[in-house]
Amino acid sequence: MLMREGLLFWALIIPNLAAIVVFGYYPTLYNLVLSFTDWDFVQPAPVLVGLENYVDLFQPGSLLMEALTNTALFVLFTVAGTMVGGLAIGGLLAQRLRFSGVVRTIAFAPHMLPGAAVGVLWLFLFDPNYGLSRWFFEMFGADSPRWTTTSDFSLWAIIIASAWQRLGFVAIIYYAAILDLPKDIFEAASLDGARGWKLFRHMTLPLLSPITFFLTVTGIIAAAQTFDIIATLTGGGPGTSSTTLPWLIYDQAFVSFNIGNSAATATVMFVLLLVVTLVQTRYASRQVHYS
Amino acid sequence: MTLTSPRPIAPADAVPAPAAEADEGTRTGIRPERDRRRAPRRSRSAAIALYILLGFVFAVFAVPIYWLFSSSLKPENEIYTFPLTWIPSSLEWGNFAEAWRSAPFGAFLRNSVITTVVGTVLEIGVALLSAYAFAFVRFRGKMLIFAVMVGSLMLPGHITLLVNYITVAGLGWLNTYQGLILPGIGSAFAMFLIYQQMRQVPGELVDAAKIDGAGHVRRMWNVVAPICQPMILTATLIVMIGKWNDFVWPLIVTSTADMRTLPIGLMFLRSQEGYDSWGPVMAGTVIVALPMLVVFFLAQRRIVGGIVSGALKG
Repeated sequence: MLMREGLLFWALIIPNLAAIVVFGYYPTLYNLVLSFTDWDFVQPAPVLVGLENYVDLFQPGSLLMEALTNTALFVLFTVAGTMVGGLAIGGLLAQRLRFSGVVRTIAFAPHMLPGAAVGVLWLFLFDPNYGLSRWFFEMFGADSPRWTTTSDFSLWAIIIASAWQRLGFVAIIYYAAILDLPKDIFEAASLDGARGWKLFRHMTLPLLSPITFFLTVTGIIAAAQTFDIIATLTGGGPGTSSTTLPWLIYDQAFVSFNIGNSAATATVMFVLLLVVTLVQTRYASRQVHYS
Repeated sequence: MTLTSPRPIAPADAVPAPAAEADEGTRTGIRPERDRRRAPRRSRSAAIALYILLGFVFAVFAVPIYWLFSSSLKPENEIYTFPLTWIPSSLEWGNFAEAWRSAPFGAFLRNSVITTVVGTVLEIGVALLSAYAFAFVRFRGKMLIFAVMVGSLMLPGHITLLVNYITVAGLGWLNTYQGLILPGIGSAFAMFLIYQQMRQVPGELVDAAKIDGAGHVRRMWNVVAPICQPMILTATLIVMIGKWNDFVWPLIVTSTADMRTLPIGLMFLRSQEGYDSWGPVMAGTVIVALPMLVVFFLAQRRIVGGIVSGALKG
């Protein structure tokens, strides 16, 4: 009987387990091996070169260094922007004004769209001659920046488009979390004379901290992996001005056919994201829950 | 949660300051219940300020989406004008025909539908089977295997990209449907969602079916699956949207236009049309985006509810 249960157990999980091992764990390990080799897809086999790829990547002024800086800026501004904006919008939606249901729907919609569609749409909006960007800047008597074709603005272009796609998602999560807050505590606090900024700073914000933490961590992980918006909006350029880690990994492997460098870059990215995830699992349990 | 002892009187409520009150409301957004009760206390000017803010938020999201749809229907001379034309004078469906002509959108659509439908069915299928095994089949050490499977959520997509490409190439699957679909069917996320729901299924129901002589397959199909239907549906929708929107894997694994999916085809259309033909490019973008918008508007409650509850519990 137990033996049959055991067989049944394996039969049920094998399809999923096999897919996860073959296309998840094995590639991660073999990617690590490839990061110590030199290969271009054409040579019969990868050649072991030790730490050479890593040494190359960490040269001062290397492409990886630039991609790390770009990724850090991209993640910082996308996450910070969506968190602050999302909290403000979530708070506004929680006022239960009339029509706020419509606003909730339309705000969440971009999160459902393919990143490629968001990227191409923003490419048009950013068009300095015929896009909405020109109309917007003309209101202030200014010219539209050449968002996607100058290196001063390309990183901002992908930050704005990505933030637009994520903003409504963050807002809706905050909205739901705010509605979930225990009301009696606020009644007591306002009896206590707390109001306005003080109430927000010392009551609302601390009570929302678990959700803020969750949104920050998942935001960092998602932003660090953004690819489709970059591919359609700037293609990592002009030059390398909007090249982030995922774009660099793709470019090294499938454009320059430098497999070793790509694998090493991917390993660097994996380690960085792993640190973020471990921080989350370590501190998530220590978060203050009031429920 | 303890509070400093509340004072016996309520000075805050005794001194109403309507403007400050509403101002506080915009920033903090707390106490919706109280707000509803107290709605009349919000002064007129405060209410107007809140509605202006709400209108502004609406515009941030609605204007780009409106621009996408209206531009896809504008005649060319109304796209290339400044000041901008906000409302098309006539609807120009030719943009869609043009998009369809300059890139094989028929093939893109077919490939997207095939990979999304087949991929979703397979992923939800393997997720159901494994979730059932973890919830209802006795096996020593199964939670260890469970942890290994859920742990795969920590692997970023970009680290598996290169080796999966090599694996798929080795199998001779480049530029094929199996190459597009199979690497994506392993499912930790959907399995986890469904597993959590399955744990809520009352054990007596399953035992009763067992006493009636139903084997595991029938117990899963006739008892457990129907009870878990809402979560299965939510997981299906979330997985489906993810597959439709998938970008980097189809980009590297396909090499000919007739195997591209819609998001990749959209990029292809852009390079084909160049930067100078926004009408057809926006029409192509509508073709890519519209199916997901329709799914979202139809199943909004389920999708948002699934994502929000995942986040709040997470």
